[in-house]
Amino acid sequence: MNILTSYFGSNLPPGNAGNQLWALIYVFIIFAGVAVAVLCMNWIERKALAHFQIRLGPMRVGPHGLLQPFADALKLMLKEDIIPAEADATVFWVAPVIGLLAAFTVYIVIPFGPSQAVTDMNIGILFMLGVSSLGVLGIVTAGWASNSHYPLIGALRSSAQMVSYEVAMGMAIISAIMMTSMNAGGIGTLSMIGIVQAQQQQGIWFIFKFFPLGFIAFAIFAIAMVAETNRAPFDLPEAESELTAGFHTEYSGLRWSLFMLGEYAAMIAVSSIAVTLWLGGWMRPFPNLLNGPAWEFIFSLFPALTFGGLALITFIGTARMPSQSFFRIQRMGLGIFAVLLGFIALLLLLIAVVGHSNDASIAARFREGIDYVYWFIFKVAIFMYLFIWYRATWPRYRFDQLMSVGWKVMLPISLGVLILTAIVGVLIK
Amino acid sequence: MNPLLMNPAVNAGSAPVATPFFFYFLAGAAVVSGLFVITRRNAVHSALALIVTLLSVAGLYLMLYAPFVAGVQIIAYAGGIMVLFLFVIMLVDIERVSKERQYNRVWPVGLLAACALLALFVSAIVKGRSLLPDRMVQLPESSNTQQIAAALYGEAGRVGQYTFAFEIASLLLLVAILGAVIMTKKKI
Amino acid sequence: MVPIATLHYLVVAAALFVLGVIGVLTRRNVVIILMSIELILNAVNLNLVAFSRMWGNLHGQVFAIFIVVDAAAEAAVGLGILIAFFRNKETINVDEIDLLKW
Repeated sequence: MNILTSYFGSNLPPGNAGNQLWALIYVFIIFAGVAVAVLCMNWIERKALAHFQIRLGPMRVGPHGLLQPFADALKLMLKEDIIPAEADATVFWVAPVIGLLAAFTVYIVIPFGPSQAVTDMNIGILFMLGVSSLGVLGIVTAGWASNSHYPLIGALRSSAQMVSYEVAMGMAIISAIMMTSMNAGGIGTLSMIGIVQAQQQQGIWFIFKFFPLGFIAFAIFAIAMVAETNRAPFDLPEAESELTAGFHTEYSGLRWSLFMLGEYAAMIAVSSIAVTLWLGGWMRPFPNLLNGPAWEFIFSLFPALTFGGLALITFIGTARMPSQSFFRIQRMGLGIFAVLLGFIALLLLLIAVVGHSNDASIAARFREGIDYVYWFIFKVAIFMYLFIWYRATWPRYRFDQLMSVGWKVMLPISLGVLILTAIVGVLIK
Repeated sequence: MNPLLMNPAVNAGSAPVATPFFFYFLAGAAVVSGLFVITRRNAVHSALALIVTLLSVAGLYLMLYAPFVAGVQIIAYAGGIMVLFLFVIMLVDIERVSKERQYNRVWPVGLLAACALLALFVSAIVKGRSLLPDRMVQLPESSNTQQIAAALYGEAGRVGQYTFAFEIASLLLLVAILGAVIMTKKKI
Repeated sequence: MVPIATLHYLVVAAALFVLGVIGVLTRRNVVIILMSIELILNAVNLNLVAFSRMWGNLHGQVFAIFIVVDAAAEAAVGLGILIAFFRNKETINVDEIDLLKW
């Protein structure tokens, strides 16, 4: 029991405090959270793409297609598992596992709050970069193991693209890390929690620091991370009209869903890097401009307001559903969902109010923790929506255009930003 | 104060319980995959086994309180060099190769020489084990990167101890880039 | 159990080194020879980092970083040579690379 409550009093992540039980709990929560997030992303992507293209998207499976991801998962699990002839069976099943491992191991160091992470390594950002570069290996082995032309070419193209944009990504990350050292002691840090705390200390999100240098570094990272995860407009290696689905052509059913899971998990992971490095991690917006206990209280109501808004939208959707008898079940389902969201909103409101007025330790810590996690997920969710927006709006890059942009445009600009950040940092000190 | 020297702290009783388990697991994985690297017929299998070895050695570095070296190992070795190897294997390794002999004609001599080397190592370790202290100094892990940076780049206005070597290493990488590009271009 | 000391790491490093040497001396495939060289370099790195912890300073770790950089350069150039040779003669077996034989 002591090991459960000792975490509430500490301000270190459980990995650093040696609290193995809480570290395990966090790992389970993160795993479940990512799975839920992937399901939501699947639904949001299909609906958002559809609405961008002035159509409705899935509407049949549940009310407004809300059960579509479950139907997809069920279908994929029941599909026949085909292994191509003369393909290397061992490497064939190892490849998606490598991609999945690389995508999920990154979540160990993602900071949802100052003590809400699985652990805080000294080399946090280096670890994240390294492990996400292991994802390339998964793609290359997948393409080779399929023993077929299209997957091999798709895999080689995809890995060449990922490796090229990793360089620009790394340079952008270095310029953000350099900004963490512009404090009194002149010592920076690579740890993820330390980076957000440096932004807190210096009182400015790194995207706005040395304007426009921080912004250009952020822009380069934002573009490179889209290329890194093989999403549109850089998705030539896996686009359906180009290479018949590229490196995962020969994968069917459950194995393909592992790839999809890994891709979405990688998207969330690189968005978390962007949020932590440039957008202030778990800090609420306008920490300096709108400070004071009144504004703190207002901003701490945001989680409850978000769920309340969602519940309201769902209620309105329920009311607008057609009233024929065969829609009854869907209507009831949507109504139950709306009530659930309303309950969560009420619970969050309760925590916000109690934690604020009483300042009792458990409630206040809950409120703080929920606020940190909420703002972090809010910013990551904005990035996820941007990913879908890019896919709906922009045409695909041709492969040679893609490579030339990566090496001839992104790399020089990121090098320039790095040098300029260093020069400005030294001059200002 | 020399940034490379740490204050040694007494370690013996404060190691976490699971350390021997993780050490034997990682060391076993490293050695077994090393065996796979040198014995597989298929070069891609060897490359994958080498990746497992590199990651196990990175884990061993983490146990030795060297997180920065572990990070460099994962990024540069497992994420860079092995991707390069896999690319070349896929571009070069034609099917005919996998049906030929994989060991050369003088392999007994090579094995004998390696055994002699192993005997030399074993005798060195056995004879010298009294020189090694049995408690290990615990390096602080939370400032490892900063201290390596002080050694490589210098601090407080002075050049670090390894700054010159760092510059030469960057020149070496430049020369390697040029060499690799020139060697693989079809017409220079 | 015996607490893990420097000796254990030295034994692992020696084992990896010998495996790498066997790979270099007995295989015909050039790519696998290059991979065995990487095994040797890793064994040396492990040795250095273990001794760095034993003495309590960082010289070993800095040296290990330089060796990783060096290994990257060498792998790139070695594979470049391999590709250049593969264009001339369609083989990757060391035995058959004997153009300079008298």
